[in-house]
Amino acid sequence: MSMKELRLMKGNEAFAEAAIRAGADGYFGYPITPQSEVMEYLMAQKPHERTGMVVLQAESEIAAINMVYAGASCGKRVLTSSSSPGISLKQEGISYIAGAELPCVILNAVRGGPGLGTIQPSQSDYFQSTKGGGHGDYRLIVLAPSSVQEMSDFASLSFDLAFKYRNPVLILSDGAIGQMMEKVYLDDQRPRFTEEEIIKNTPWATTGKTANRERNIITSLNLDSHVQEEHNIHLQAKYREIEKNEVRYEALHCEDAEYVIVAYGSGARLSQKAVDIARAKGIKVGLLRPITLFPFPKAPLAELAGRVKGFMTVEMSAGQMIEDVKLAIECKVKVEHFGRMGGIIPSPQEIVDALESKLIGG
Amino acid sequence: MDTVTKDDIRKPENLIYKRTNLLTDKTMSYCPGCGHGTTHRIIMEVLEEMGIQEKTIGIAPVGCSVLAYEFMNIDMQQAAHGRAPALATAVKRLMPEKFVFTYQGDGDLAAIGTAETIHACNRGENIVIIFINNGIYGMTGGQMAPTTLPNMKSSTSPYGRDVKLMGNPLKITELVAQLPGTLYVTRQAVHTPAAVRRTKKAIRKAFENQKLNKGLSFVEVVSNCNSGWKMTPNQANEWMVENMFPFYPLGDIKVNED
Repeated sequence: MSMKELRLMKGNEAFAEAAIRAGADGYFGYPITPQSEVMEYLMAQKPHERTGMVVLQAESEIAAINMVYAGASCGKRVLTSSSSPGISLKQEGISYIAGAELPCVILNAVRGGPGLGTIQPSQSDYFQSTKGGGHGDYRLIVLAPSSVQEMSDFASLSFDLAFKYRNPVLILSDGAIGQMMEKVYLDDQRPRFTEEEIIKNTPWATTGKTANRERNIITSLNLDSHVQEEHNIHLQAKYREIEKNEVRYEALHCEDAEYVIVAYGSGARLSQKAVDIARAKGIKVGLLRPITLFPFPKAPLAELAGRVKGFMTVEMSAGQMIEDVKLAIECKVKVEHFGRMGGIIPSPQEIVDALESKLIGG
Repeated sequence: MDTVTKDDIRKPENLIYKRTNLLTDKTMSYCPGCGHGTTHRIIMEVLEEMGIQEKTIGIAPVGCSVLAYEFMNIDMQQAAHGRAPALATAVKRLMPEKFVFTYQGDGDLAAIGTAETIHACNRGENIVIIFINNGIYGMTGGQMAPTTLPNMKSSTSPYGRDVKLMGNPLKITELVAQLPGTLYVTRQAVHTPAAVRRTKKAIRKAFENQKLNKGLSFVEVVSNCNSGWKMTPNQANEWMVENMFPFYPLGDIKVNED
């Protein structure tokens, strides 16, 4: 195994560096706290000189996501990043990207809402991320990093998944994961696609109509309802395929657990510490951390439901993922939620207290 | 004297004009008398004459020309409403060796897409923007557009555009001409053979500018919408000459020569 480069970085910076190393062709963004470091880091790195990657500050989040639509239409590895209010603005474009089946990567460093809300970390965009977000029946592949290392690792993984399924991939991070500094092992530089590779691997891309093929058209418009329904059926089949192949999760101390905390991202980091505290008190609690929020790890949860007394989701929201947990286990055992809102990060002790009062004593 | 047969007329030596191969065989969805068809044709003729079909990516808008990709035999992307200049920006930045143009109506370019239009022009993207201005939303059934004339009737200004209540028509072409990023800004029409020739020349100049990496060219085509204006094609052209041209005068607005 070759020695990977080790650095101390912010999550947002690690993601930006990893995007360059993943062979990205273009980044299009608009400043918003708490993720502006992504574009700042990229601009400072002069990726145009390093790899030929284009970095452009757009006039709005709307323009940025539409630039991503266009770049993806050309078979390029393109990405954008934003935070909650900006991601809301991008939803129209994301819906078009999903409809036209374009590969791209979108980072959301979630902050508390609704509205302009707060700039502090939150997990209140779960519904928007996993249930569609924009108009129409569609799904994003949603990855939830819980460390700076995963902010780096998920850059190349996201591009690979996006191109494998011709589907947008959303990295659902938050202000805490984006702003905190940790050590990170960086991937080696991967080359950008050559024009020959693009023509071979993405023959649908708008690279210019040559004499040997029909013209390529990227559109999400089907005026004939029957054609649109066929397209919807195709999309749904793709989402089922993604559910079959791409579930990722991490289970911690679940072997002998009587209770299981379900948490992702920052919530999982906090819960990991809470599990340690609870275990020291003799409470047999485990942690199931969904890494993919879509596809959701239904099967491992259903399996746990057969042998544990109850679940508690820990989310920095009013409780959104809890609905998917209840569906996954078909409400066979008790499911509680603990969370703080508005950008407040709960302490591990608060989580243990909630575990004892809501689930064990409740 | 011998009669001339159809076969005689069709002899290659008698061929003085034919439809460009860069238009598909698909029957156009535009109303008879509409300027879209003519404008499509001359853009495609320019691409064919320049030999750049294989290198060109077109961006279609939302509006009557949303289906432009059905008629133009080139690679195309269909944009969300108003976002075509953002798409063109990314395509050109990522593939600078290709030719990129947008084809947009007045609602798309001068209302919902104003920000994208202004900023692509202001950045001086090396692209061509073709702007069809017929002063109305045609596709959705004749509503008031940003370029609807004062006192002009539409389905959402049924008593005429009252500028005190509904705002003034936006002369966006004059506006983008003020920006340092635009190289060539012109306003043309396609209602007579002479006008068609002038517009084709302007579009050719626009693509030549892009070929020489000179910067952004913006070609407005003042056009009619006989169905939206509730007129016959001839009436619509006459009305356009009498009413649209005084407000939107034809000719070059900005020509930067190096």
